[in-house]
Amino acid sequence: MKIHEYQAAEILKSNGIPVPIGYMIDNLDEVKATVETIQKESNNAAVVVKAQIHAGGRGKGGGVKFSPDLNSAVDNAKSILGMQLITPQTSGEGQTVRKLYITQAIDIAREYYLAITLDRSSSQPIIIASAEGGMEIEELAHSSPEKIIKERIDPIFGLQPFQSYRISASLGLTGHALKEACKVISDLYKSYVNSDVSLAEINPLVLTKDDRIFALDAKFNFDDNALFRQENINTMRDIFEEDPADVEASKFNLNYIKLDGNVGCMVNGAGLAMAAMDIIKLKGGEPANFLDVGGGANVETVKNGFRIILSDKNVTAVLINIFGGIVRCDRVANGIVEAVKVLDLNVPVVVRLEGTNATEAKEILASSGVAIIPASSLDEAAEKTVEVAISK
Amino acid sequence: MSILLNKDSRIIVQGITGSEGSFHARQCLDYGGNVVGGVTPGKGGQTVFDEKLPVFNQCIEAKQQTGANVSIIFVPASFAANAIKEAAYAGIELIICITEGIPVNDMVETHQYVKQQGVRLIGPNCPGLLTPGEAKAGIMPGFIAKKGKIGVISKSGTLTYEAVHQLVSAGLGQSTCIGIGGDPVIGTDMIDLLGLFEKDNDTDAVVVIGEIGGQMEIETARYVKDNISKPVFGFIAGRTAPPGRRMGHAGAIAGGADESAAAKMEIMQECGIHVVESPADIGKTVKQEL
Repeated sequence: MKIHEYQAAEILKSNGIPVPIGYMIDNLDEVKATVETIQKESNNAAVVVKAQIHAGGRGKGGGVKFSPDLNSAVDNAKSILGMQLITPQTSGEGQTVRKLYITQAIDIAREYYLAITLDRSSSQPIIIASAEGGMEIEELAHSSPEKIIKERIDPIFGLQPFQSYRISASLGLTGHALKEACKVISDLYKSYVNSDVSLAEINPLVLTKDDRIFALDAKFNFDDNALFRQENINTMRDIFEEDPADVEASKFNLNYIKLDGNVGCMVNGAGLAMAAMDIIKLKGGEPANFLDVGGGANVETVKNGFRIILSDKNVTAVLINIFGGIVRCDRVANGIVEAVKVLDLNVPVVVRLEGTNATEAKEILASSGVAIIPASSLDEAAEKTVEVAISK
Repeated sequence: MSILLNKDSRIIVQGITGSEGSFHARQCLDYGGNVVGGVTPGKGGQTVFDEKLPVFNQCIEAKQQTGANVSIIFVPASFAANAIKEAAYAGIELIICITEGIPVNDMVETHQYVKQQGVRLIGPNCPGLLTPGEAKAGIMPGFIAKKGKIGVISKSGTLTYEAVHQLVSAGLGQSTCIGIGGDPVIGTDMIDLLGLFEKDNDTDAVVVIGEIGGQMEIETARYVKDNISKPVFGFIAGRTAPPGRRMGHAGAIAGGADESAAAKMEIMQECGIHVVESPADIGKTVKQEL
């Protein structure tokens, strides 16, 4: 799960990490009073107006504006709130800006990068830092990997003070700033563990001209598997930032991701679902979605799966590929027949059922009278689906 | 022969009185595996399956009284990490965790603990192991497999069944099939298992099925180049997956460019692995090359 920058700043602040003074607003009426409050608290006329969407690259799309005074802040807020913000990480249509985060402007001496995530190779948390802040870390990893500092943490013993010191010193920090940076690193690790964070990224972490450390922008992603025990984090979910079809699917415990093609697919198991998308592409089609109906493929899941796939108007054909292990294919077949009857489908459906009770399932489909195109292998199923999707 | 699991393995099931646990324990028993008992805290002293199998409160009791050396875990996600640690503490040599949805932080800690105890964990979020004709420890449908000489290692469940089905259709049986799990933190990786298959006299070739996300397939490919003499076949699911999105499995998210399916397939090819382009050609390709 992702959250907004202003929510990440709240988490940092509550863990003792210094962040610029800032307030979130979702209404232009609040701009003037908010800017005045920040000016008074920070003793500085300049503020930064920042669009709040989940995608990164907001500055490049014109969603982050430095504002030297109240009038420019109000103008910038007017132009950003409600805009369709297009960044390298959004879709072509962009994302509607529904919230603004207005912060004090900070006098920056240097920018750094600091993040904690899981190192999958060692199965340990890893701290990644660099003195080249503000840059995309992936870019830096390719162009100058030697500029990236990495420190793995033994999860049983936790982050040790000498490790925070090593990282801060490697960033070139000294004196008071080094001490502050050590504390930031240790506090960030605590929030990483306590809030079940999957990525905690401060970019940039800045050194001010008066030798202080601030987290100027932050991004937090959370482990979906741990949300059941993170009540506070759950309240931060913003469904306006998620695809409506994904939200609908999650209500039915289905795993759905919308793509740009026209061949819908319904599969049991995530690996097989990806493989089905891949073979559709190999056969010359474009998959419209990823949909894993999971282990309990029955009448209800099949029906809901159809509803979600067909809510995408680009879909011109649907491939159902079920490999029954524990799932019984005859039950899935009954589900398909009933769903097709009830839903009055207007696109062709190709069905391939294999595994437990597959023979019975084929008989059920054949004798049902519903218009289903049967297939006996994954290859044949993909080929037939792409064929009917194109001719439609 | 086979790896890790055979007809002599003494298997217990943690969570045997739950609906999943009891269903699959029965299936493993019916397949012919040597299931010797189960563990459910608070239900020790009871029996299941017409008084055939004893239930214990703790793993350590089950181990002492049955001589178990394999445990299959079917407990809910919020308790599963503790169940793994309990089995490791009891010294169960092979722990197979089927449970999906365990928090990553729990697994990070558990992974370290299991290593310290010197035992092996398979999974979590996996279908387990199947040594055709001998035993199954997990949820793979036994009837689709056939005894033979191909090893199968996979991150996925149903895609493994698809691969096994294709192998059998091509006339090829399997020595052992292992689902290693689709989570970011898992107990046993592909390299460990390839090493075991290399030493197994009854395995002639290995099929490795990976997916987007993480570096495991790339590290595996480099390992194969230097250490494995038997033919290795590879498929990577998710070539059409959009970057940055989690595709069902918690670990299936392509972060950097080198975590994509295309990048993994390219490096596997470079390292001498027979890369299968289409998921429908796994069985056919192995048959042709052997």
